[in-house]
Amino acid sequence: MSLLSVIVRTATRWLIPFMQLFGLYVIIHGHASPGGGFQGGVIVATSMILYAIVFGLSAARKRATQRLRLVMESAGPLIYALIGVLGILVGGVFLEYRIIPLPYEPHITSEIMISIIEIAIGIGVMALCITMFYALAAEEALAAEEVK
Amino acid sequence: MRLAPLVILLAIGVIFVIAAIGMPAFGDPENPAQTHVAPRYIAGAYKEAGVINMVTAILASYRGYDTLFELTVIFTAVTGVISILRRR
Repeated sequence: MSLLSVIVRTATRWLIPFMQLFGLYVIIHGHASPGGGFQGGVIVATSMILYAIVFGLSAARKRATQRLRLVMESAGPLIYALIGVLGILVGGVFLEYRIIPLPYEPHITSEIMISIIEIAIGIGVMALCITMFYALAAEEALAAEEVK
Repeated sequence: MRLAPLVILLAIGVIFVIAAIGMPAFGDPENPAQTHVAPRYIAGAYKEAGVINMVTAILASYRGYDTLFELTVIFTAVTGVISILRRR
């Protein structure tokens, strides 16, 4: 249960979907407008951090489970590196997106690959920021219990 | 004996000041930084990387290694945070 008032809880419940939607927009539209994976990932992570502050850490851990975060934070760098390796497999150099054989012009192929790696960065940064906050908050709670 | 470090320090300081005077002016369009790779990025960002946002073209395509290992640095940092903080 939360220690904060009903106003804060209701406002948070209304605010979180819009924060996550804006974060997803910044990630997905990052290759064409200001933004990108890092910024959007942090915005999405902020919504879960707000949830943890308002509704408590144990409730937030149920929403973003450890298993899910573990998969996501490993998937981010892995997808990026695999797309880099894809360039080697088709005869180019590491992270050469242009020569990946898709039925498009080279610069459109490059744009698609950049979109995919932006999404991968977004997934990774989001899970990593949430995990870092949860670990620090759990430590804080543990220290407070030890003082008692 | 106390004087020797001070003299060395002053000498290094004078060298730094002379080097700073020799630097190109701030924001000068003739700077080496602005005549070396920047025109090529401006000319080739769309043709080579395919994205209309030049910042993304540089970060994700020309500086792809940098961005990949930035992500790895964050990953390593979180691994360190967890391994230090999580008690059994």
